[in-house]
Amino acid sequence: MSDPTGRSGLDRRTFLKAAAAVAGAEAMARHATAEPPVAAPSGGLIDVNVSLSRWPCRRLPYDETRELVAHLRRGRVAQAWAGSFDGLLHKNLAAVNARLAEDCHRQGQGMLIPFGSINPMLPDWEEDLRRCAQEHHMPGIRLHPSYHGYKLDDPAFARLLRLAAQERLIIQLALCMEDERMMNPLMRAPAVDPSPLVPLMKQTPGLRLVLLNTRAPLTVAPLMALGGPGEVYLEIAMLDGVAGIERLLQHVPLSRLCFGSHSPFYIFESAVLKLKESVLSDEQLHAIRQANAARLLASKSESHNRRTAAG
Amino acid sequence: MAAWEIWDDHSHIYGVPGRTPTERMAALVKYADRLGIQRLCVFMGMDFVYDPSPERLRLENDQVLEAVRAWPQRAFGYVYLNPKHPAASLGELDRCVRDGPMVGVKLWVAEHCNSADLDPIIQRAAELKAPVLQHTYLKIGGNLPGESTPMDMAALAARHPKATLICGHSGADWERGFRAIRPYPNVYADLCGSDPTAGMVEMAVAELGAERVLYGSDAGGRSFASQLAKVLGANIPDAAKKLILAGNLKRLLRPILQEKGIRV
Repeated sequence: MSDPTGRSGLDRRTFLKAAAAVAGAEAMARHATAEPPVAAPSGGLIDVNVSLSRWPCRRLPYDETRELVAHLRRGRVAQAWAGSFDGLLHKNLAAVNARLAEDCHRQGQGMLIPFGSINPMLPDWEEDLRRCAQEHHMPGIRLHPSYHGYKLDDPAFARLLRLAAQERLIIQLALCMEDERMMNPLMRAPAVDPSPLVPLMKQTPGLRLVLLNTRAPLTVAPLMALGGPGEVYLEIAMLDGVAGIERLLQHVPLSRLCFGSHSPFYIFESAVLKLKESVLSDEQLHAIRQANAARLLASKSESHNRRTAAG
Repeated sequence: MAAWEIWDDHSHIYGVPGRTPTERMAALVKYADRLGIQRLCVFMGMDFVYDPSPERLRLENDQVLEAVRAWPQRAFGYVYLNPKHPAASLGELDRCVRDGPMVGVKLWVAEHCNSADLDPIIQRAAELKAPVLQHTYLKIGGNLPGESTPMDMAALAARHPKATLICGHSGADWERGFRAIRPYPNVYADLCGSDPTAGMVEMAVAELGAERVLYGSDAGGRSFASQLAKVLGANIPDAAKKLILAGNLKRLLRPILQEKGIRV
């Protein structure tokens, strides 16, 4: 990371500050020396959209990590990119991300890859980003602008994209988490307007963005037609309508579509059955089920290895 | 797909590729086949209108008649009515159900279903043994002016305990919707038209009993996949899934199908 905060590496002051503030300091120290768990699986699905912990308004089937892992395993998931529901409303995201890393490590059975939550409206969010990258060795982060109270034309968001891109972090941007019409009236979180992403993609070299929970994918299809160094991916959790995938592929490149279930908030089988409802070639199935996400993750891993070798 | 028998209680020829009702029905059947869905209840026309005139009702019902006549082994039609036009609606009910191949009634968002304007329609549908599927939704931003809620449906059910009423979408906000219809055993919960949120079907079965829950898709606006997953992915016994996927709808339609001499 290019020292955005004036800090470099895991110095003693930072470590002590983290140890005092973050639950599971012991685990954090272990993660600080571990290699990042970013190897792509050799077979099975890669689900780029799962979440751990508790949905704020309802208990969900499989909201215990072990149960979720077993359920995904039964669904032939080899790897799942996991954020945390706690990242929506908790202010202490350092603790949320430490728990997420710990949960993925202890209970993930090699399946769960943590994506920490960053809220650029919080003071010193850059330290959260640094910890995700350098201490927890996460390959990416997950953003929830709807719940964190900013729009994508906020300068802090542009800065976050720049720093994350410099760190070669994959950025998962959740456009929403549930149907706006069905939210708890005391917790309304309007869906994110993705239109400011068009100039940001052009201005942010190296950006690799995965849009989660895209309810109207055709509205973001133009992002994929942009030239330049950035890459935008979609996943299928909120894609709806008959034969949705084969119809979507008429508008977006196959190389940018990934499998995502939004489990356990959504029923995992929904995403799996979408693969059956569309007629897809073996090549298309392979790309969506695994290859696109694996390639994206591998590019992060290569970047990490290059940096480690150089260091 | 597993060898479930699957009857879909709620689908449309809207949102499906095709220039004619027959072409759209063919596309719908093609997609349904991929997920092993054998029967589709179809209603409303190639485009939707919130408050249809009598002429518009007839046009849309003619489109559905064309679609189901092209696929008699796969599709059942429901007649689309508007309680604001009682005489025209009763005329359409007789034309399409009593004298035609349709087997149910669909009411959408023209008027709240607790209105007394619905009474003659519900009474006539009950005489014909036709179930009535009423759209319901519960939006925190507010419903459309004539859009019913499950609470409206509860009021209707209290006045018509012998009618077979289907609470379309169960309000979509199902945690409130199931509670609203819970006291009325002649009201059935239609699962379709909302996101595949986990826990929905488990709550429906726990609060209403599996016998009062119906699988539907709301295709083409929704995918068969997302809606079927609600049932197939639910933590409920296989016997309950069997009822929800087909058994309950077969039981509800059996009287009118027998009247029409339709064997399934």
